[in-house]
Amino acid sequence: MQDETGLLETFDDKVAKEIKIEPRDWMPENYRKNLIRQISQHAHSEIVGMLPEGNWITRAPSLRRKATLIAKVQDEAGHGLYLYSAAETMGITREEMVDQLLTGKAKYSSIFNYPTLTWADIGAIGWLVDGAAIMNQVPLCRTSYGPYARAMIRVCKEESFHQRQGFEILLTLCRGSNEQKDMAQDALNRWWWPSLMMFGPNDDNSPHTAQSMKWKIKRFTNDELRQKFVDICTEQAKILGLTIPDPELKWNDEKKHYDFGEINWDEFWKVVNGDGPCNSERLAARVKAHEDGKWVREAASAYAEKRNRNN
Amino acid sequence: MNSDEPLWEIFIRSKQGLDHKHVGSLHAADAKMAIENARDVYTRRMEGVSIWAVESKNIHASNPDDAASMYDPANDKVYRHPTFYDLPDELKHM
Ligand SMILES: [Fe+2]
Ligand SMILES: [Fe+2]
Repeated sequence: MQDETGLLETFDDKVAKEIKIEPRDWMPENYRKNLIRQISQHAHSEIVGMLPEGNWITRAPSLRRKATLIAKVQDEAGHGLYLYSAAETMGITREEMVDQLLTGKAKYSSIFNYPTLTWADIGAIGWLVDGAAIMNQVPLCRTSYGPYARAMIRVCKEESFHQRQGFEILLTLCRGSNEQKDMAQDALNRWWWPSLMMFGPNDDNSPHTAQSMKWKIKRFTNDELRQKFVDICTEQAKILGLTIPDPELKWNDEKKHYDFGEINWDEFWKVVNGDGPCNSERLAARVKAHEDGKWVREAASAYAEKRNRNN
Repeated sequence: MNSDEPLWEIFIRSKQGLDHKHVGSLHAADAKMAIENARDVYTRRMEGVSIWAVESKNIHASNPDDAASMYDPANDKVYRHPTFYDLPDELKHM
């Protein structure tokens, strides 16, 4: 048995050599704590993320759109489950995590605290919100913790249709009547800035980034990913013929990147701290779903118990 | 999910002729429900033709701290690999 310093050396060495850390391996307590926080927040985001889109399932404009949206929302439930399972391998129970979410102790991505006012919002969410999520998630397929990396590979495989269906919705609207195109522009106006906020605070304001990079829990900084997102989306918006609502957005030939305006950080922190347009509504919906599901869980347990007795 | 719903490890055979492979875990009240949940969660895109659910408590694992003593003896037995043997190039079908 090695002492703490020896164990830490072995751990650091593995991370440096890109050898994955697995559940039963020794790991520093802070690595475990940090990852549990990151993975469970990520799981909560997938689960709460079903709500804004679920809002439009019954009102999707065609059967094709409806079937697609149901499939997408179902995928997000699956993503939540993969991630909860990965977090559980680090020693936290599912109940603890669910409890943290329902009591408002845990955070989830703030983007889901914005309302989905029109059908075009479903397009904007697929394009921008799933787009930003993919930008965050692809590098996480190489994250240092094995179960998290494997969950992310599965998630990323499923995500690509999410973004494409969203873009297709917007493209259809943009090729439609003037009213439809205005609706698409309005959705972009409302979702653009919150989507940029999904990458988190600026690097010099992000307390966990340095350590997370060192542990290879994160592979790129918030600002690096945000820049990449802006560069890609600006080009994609041209195909839609929509205008990104940022007067400062401009190609910088020296940097070979787009310059863009400052995020409204007051709004960001307000929503993170619970004061967004839908925070209480989202939480109330989760609590209600959990309570309404209680009899199903009880029935399943009673049934399993009865069958065990008869065996 | 109830605290008395056990954890199950899920293994999936992606097609006939291949091994079952571990894909993740989930909670369910019994084996039947574990398999039904696994179908919904892990095979939405025809990823499998067969599912195994094994209650996690029934899996016994080797200790990673023992890796050195467990697998070291294999290290100096290169003669277990076919490339260890020096044979002429003109030898065919072997
Ligand atoms: Fe997702
Ligand atoms: Fe998604």
